[in-house]
Amino acid sequence: MTTDHYIALSAILFSLGAFGMLFRRNAIVVFMCVELMLNASNLAFVAFARMHGNLEGQVFAFFTMVVAAAEVVVGLAIIVAIFRTRRSASVDEPSLLRF
Amino acid sequence: MTATLAAQNTGEAAVFWICGALAVLGALGMLFSRKAVHSALFLAMTMINLAILYVSLSAAFLGMVQVIVYTGAIMMLFLFVLMVVGVDSSDSLVETVKGQRPAAILFGLGFAVLLIGLLGSGTSDMPAGSLAEANAARGGNVQGIAELIFTQYVFAFEVTSALLITAALGAMILTHREHDEPIPTQRDLSKARFAAGDPSPLPPPGVYARHNAVDTPALLPDGSVAEISVPRPMSLRHSEVDRVDVEEVDDVAGGSNVVIDEVTGTIEEIPGEDS
Repeated sequence: MTTDHYIALSAILFSLGAFGMLFRRNAIVVFMCVELMLNASNLAFVAFARMHGNLEGQVFAFFTMVVAAAEVVVGLAIIVAIFRTRRSASVDEPSLLRF
Repeated sequence: MTATLAAQNTGEAAVFWICGALAVLGALGMLFSRKAVHSALFLAMTMINLAILYVSLSAAFLGMVQVIVYTGAIMMLFLFVLMVVGVDSSDSLVETVKGQRPAAILFGLGFAVLLIGLLGSGTSDMPAGSLAEANAARGGNVQGIAELIFTQYVFAFEVTSALLITAALGAMILTHREHDEPIPTQRDLSKARFAAGDPSPLPPPGVYARHNAVDTPALLPDGSVAEISVPRPMSLRHSEVDRVDVEEVDDVAGGSNVVIDEVTGTIEEIPGEDS
């Protein structure tokens, strides 16, 4: 297996995540799509780490995971807070700033 | 030596094609399932398959972290929030922005073609490489990563801890709710119930119906459906399932015992089982 294969898989997963982010209306599912994109980039990091024969790519992937965990905690808290006031988890609902 | 290497390559190829296909399937399932809970489970499937791929890419530590942090912690947090937000949060099919869905499909296809075409044209035939020496230099994958984190990237590591503490505080502040009025005691609740004029407990689900599952509404003596007997989340979950036609029940309920078949929706009479 060359690195190409892994990068292609990573590209497919990233595109699916980007597509889902535009396509879905539920805020939680949109968030899951962001997670999918982060995972895809992690796969690219790990594949490139093996290609170059050093561990730095894996360390970057590790930091990505930590940042993703923090991001999910804050993002889901925001969704819960919006749901409490607006009674909806749809990304189209909070349109108060629309002129 | 070459024989073992070839065997390793075949094994890795098998792992890649199986887990890669399953990961893409999970991603597609996440995109196209209507209910958010199903999406979360499909995403967990994708993440587990990616963890297997990490292990086969000689990143054993990251594979374990992927299982523990992503599928263990993050996906369970997603499911927990879905539980808080409720089962009625499935997607609306109403298109609020005109032409957004076709544009999203176009963008997604274009993006995939761009990424993969870039890969095919420019930098093809990247070697697989090997991490055997890098892993063996410190006695293993975990030791190698630990040395990098605690020497070269120690500052980034410390900043990460600040980020995690900030995130935890932020989540607590965002989800904290001040009580404007004191929490009602049992005495207050009891008073409110008597004041409302209906002090008896709510009818349990399934009374005079064929099933006593919590999602089966109770039937009143006149054959009509008692909506208050079904807990609210249950009635939301089954809102798309056709409810029993009240008139239909009235037609048949001429003094005999009547049951409604849940699956077919037909009404059967049970002779000689008068109670």
